[in-house]
Amino acid sequence: MTTVIDVPHSLDDRSFEDIFDQLAPLPPDEKILLDARRTRWASPFGLTGLLTIAQTRLERPTFAVPENDDTASYWSRASFFKHAEGLYDITGRVPRARQASESSVLLEVTPVVHTQDVHTVVENIQQRAQTILSEKLHLQSKVTMRFTMALSEICQNVIEHAGTGGWVAVQAYKWQQRLGGRNVVVIAVCDAGMGFRKSLESSQGPRPTDRWGDAMALEETVMRGATRFRDPGRGQGLQGVKRFIGNWHGKLSVRSGTARIAIVPSWDEDDVMKEDLASFPGAQVQITIPERMPDA
Amino acid sequence: MISHIDVSSVLKRSVCDLYSNLVTRPTGAAVRIGIEHHLDEIGDKALAVLDFSHVGLLDFSCADEIVAKLLQQYVSDDFPRREVYFVFYGMNESHTDAIEAVLERHGLALVTQLADGAPALMGIVEDEQRTAWEKICELGSARAADLADAIGVPPEIAARTLDTLWRRRLVIRQESGYVPVRGVLT
Repeated sequence: MTTVIDVPHSLDDRSFEDIFDQLAPLPPDEKILLDARRTRWASPFGLTGLLTIAQTRLERPTFAVPENDDTASYWSRASFFKHAEGLYDITGRVPRARQASESSVLLEVTPVVHTQDVHTVVENIQQRAQTILSEKLHLQSKVTMRFTMALSEICQNVIEHAGTGGWVAVQAYKWQQRLGGRNVVVIAVCDAGMGFRKSLESSQGPRPTDRWGDAMALEETVMRGATRFRDPGRGQGLQGVKRFIGNWHGKLSVRSGTARIAIVPSWDEDDVMKEDLASFPGAQVQITIPERMPDA
Repeated sequence: MISHIDVSSVLKRSVCDLYSNLVTRPTGAAVRIGIEHHLDEIGDKALAVLDFSHVGLLDFSCADEIVAKLLQQYVSDDFPRREVYFVFYGMNESHTDAIEAVLERHGLALVTQLADGAPALMGIVEDEQRTAWEKICELGSARAADLADAIGVPPEIAARTLDTLWRRRLVIRQESGYVPVRGVLT
């Protein structure tokens, strides 16, 4: 039997919870079909999250391609299908990929498995970042460097903590309704590895408190810089990312297991912590950097 | 002996000749080992100018591996690896961000050479150490008694501060007195 998972019309980190909710009750060996035929838009979180789902399934899943030509073309340009074809049985018409360099795709969906992948991500994004980040977000080149540092550190977290590969994508776009139509750049890094709680437990075991769980693990790592390594130099990457986010009024959210923590800027009304979410392996990180206005 | 080490060249030699960015811990560890090999060849007492001019990006993880772990080997109170002093040269603002963060994390300090050639301290330095270091730079060379006179502290305090600065490899100890660590590149 195949269970059909409906992919929302507009797929971002919030609407992705609908997919997690549909997946949570299913055993990992159950055959699933992700039906994206009616999907019209996906954020980097959406695209990387869809690939991550396939990595959690024991039975090769099926993916139904968006019927809207523009949507499918965009997903092709973002290299989604290039990787999805290795993970899913694809049904529907996959458009031929065109060069992404002319679009707002800052970094196509890219696997993060080995250290050299981080070098590739950094080298690739530097080629386009200068133009897109400086023109759309009015970032100075020194800020672009810090943006790339943040991206590098988040990608390294996958390699060091997930125990499996993950996916990264970066896109710049204009918000139609929020922030007065400002441009934003969005980074998503998703993996289906061990997640934050298991990573911490791997060195110290569960904390001796009733509160111990995914939420507390996220608090300790994201807010307090805890890490499974004894080396006092560890844990600086995420803290550096937080500093950058804070300086640039950006937003950081990290979902792992059944919890999600966020550093919420004044322009957003998200919850700082969400618990009791549908369980999903690994960690899913999103960073949003808004355009800096002249008076900011 | 003064040795100039182009960090970008070490990266290309140690990791990959296509890379220009110092990112990831394994890359940082490989570059640090490359620098250590170089230092092993230049004698027991040396001044190394680490040149970051051609380095693109330096992330926090790589800065921790290269800068913090390198310094820790040469500023140990017990058995420093050898008497090697460092001047960090050619750093841009993003390099400085990452390096400041790791220095703070480990309580370390280093000497950097600014664009105008003047030396400057980065990292965790107590006020009395900073005052002494700045005075040594101004004087060019000083013994404890000279420093005590110059900054108005008892000689034993000046001697202790200079010893601390020397152990942290922020000044060079010579028979004639203490001299500031500074590079020769401009």
